[in-house]
Amino acid sequence: MIDRINPRSRSDQYGRRINRDHSPILSNLLPYLTIMAGSLLVILPVAGTMPLLPPIGYLVFLGWRVMRPGLMPMWAGLPLGAFDDLFSGQPFGSAILLWSVTMIGFELLEMRFPWRSFMHDWLAAAFATTAYILLAIMLSGIAPGIHHVAAALPQILLSALLYPIIARMIDWLDRIRLTRVKVVD
Amino acid sequence: MALPSSRRSGHSRKAQYTVFTGYVLAAAGALIGAILLAISLWNPAAFGGLRGVANDGVAPVKHSTTAARSGGAGFFGGIRAYFNAASQNTALREEVELARVKLAEAKAIEQENARLKSLLGLKNGEHAIVATTRLIGSTASSTRRFAYIGAGRNVGVRPGMSVRSPRGVVGRVLETGANSSRILLLTDSESVLPVRRASDEVVAFAEGRGDGLLRIRLINLGINPLKVGDVFVTSGAGGYYRPGVAVAVLNEVTPDGGVARMIANPLATDFVSVEPVWQPQAVASSAISPDQPLAAQDGAE
Repeated sequence: MIDRINPRSRSDQYGRRINRDHSPILSNLLPYLTIMAGSLLVILPVAGTMPLLPPIGYLVFLGWRVMRPGLMPMWAGLPLGAFDDLFSGQPFGSAILLWSVTMIGFELLEMRFPWRSFMHDWLAAAFATTAYILLAIMLSGIAPGIHHVAAALPQILLSALLYPIIARMIDWLDRIRLTRVKVVD
Repeated sequence: MALPSSRRSGHSRKAQYTVFTGYVLAAAGALIGAILLAISLWNPAAFGGLRGVANDGVAPVKHSTTAARSGGAGFFGGIRAYFNAASQNTALREEVELARVKLAEAKAIEQENARLKSLLGLKNGEHAIVATTRLIGSTASSTRRFAYIGAGRNVGVRPGMSVRSPRGVVGRVLETGANSSRILLLTDSESVLPVRRASDEVVAFAEGRGDGLLRIRLINLGINPLKVGDVFVTSGAGGYYRPGVAVAVLNEVTPDGGVARMIANPLATDFVSVEPVWQPQAVASSAISPDQPLAAQDGAE
């Protein structure tokens, strides 16, 4: 008698391969939805005294850019940055500018250093977030002083430490994104 | 990890053009951002309508998280209170006794106040409240200190109105949406509030410093009369805030004033009330430039 074949032999980490396909809606929209959710997340707590949370929208944006290069078009910083500006409290346009520059910067970085490990990515992301927070202070429409930078230090440290967690989350979201849910007849 | 092959253009002219177009579009995006940024730095009220609509859209979510936040704080506060119930009980009892005495004294002062005011023929101003609402969010990752409240144009909230909690001043309405408004907190670096010392008539400006503290700048420079622990209240100058509302407690004395801590910490604030502009005429007259000829000013009034 022939044994039943292993039920998992016709599937991979994204699910069954026969008769199933990726959902175009899910695979195309999920990155944008998660970035927008990240932008919205930072306005929920009440922080009256000093900036408290890392720029989660920017970190998720950076995560998708680093983990899945080429998934978002190069101009993605324009619409996503505009959405972030509506809620972040920064003057409108600051995130559009900084997120677009981030896209160009990481493209150049990828050209220059094609072989990278996770540590290199983390270093690049930590550098980008630090620059982002400091530049955002410059562009926020106030005369920046030492107090602003001092108040932002915990935020900068937290952002750098948060990147590996964000990267793991994006890895998990990417598996959801590519799950074969569409039934092909 | 090297680039996936789909990301390498190689000798394909088409792929090279695609990469080049990507760079051009991203640079165009950055340029658009820079232009919009310049516009909004030049005129901070620009794009306010867009922000208002967006924040109205997410206001219901914020309302529900606010309920969760205050509920959670109450829950943990309850646990904490349980552990030091006995010592707290005796302390509170003592405090209540003292408070009763103070209350009686305050009543006497109030009576005397009313008598003196009637002698002078002063009218007691009505402190009408435009709206009572919740603090539903803030810009927690930006250097700017803005907060959002759950009331907007539909209930009569207008830019310039003052927002206060039961403890003291929280900030001023900056932009209004239909059902939510953005307020400038006192701790923002752009916020300047005329204050006076509660005990006497030492007048000063309380400016946000950007790191959660307020800088008190005396108007009359000279010998600095301030001491740590002095309480500052609004002076009513400028016309936006009604006088006598608590603002800050002095924390540190500096040569030109001091550094103070806000009394109404927004983090501990749940409900806030929006009050109308105290003296609209004063605000309107301060908006007129002194360079304008007198005839134009008369025309404006």
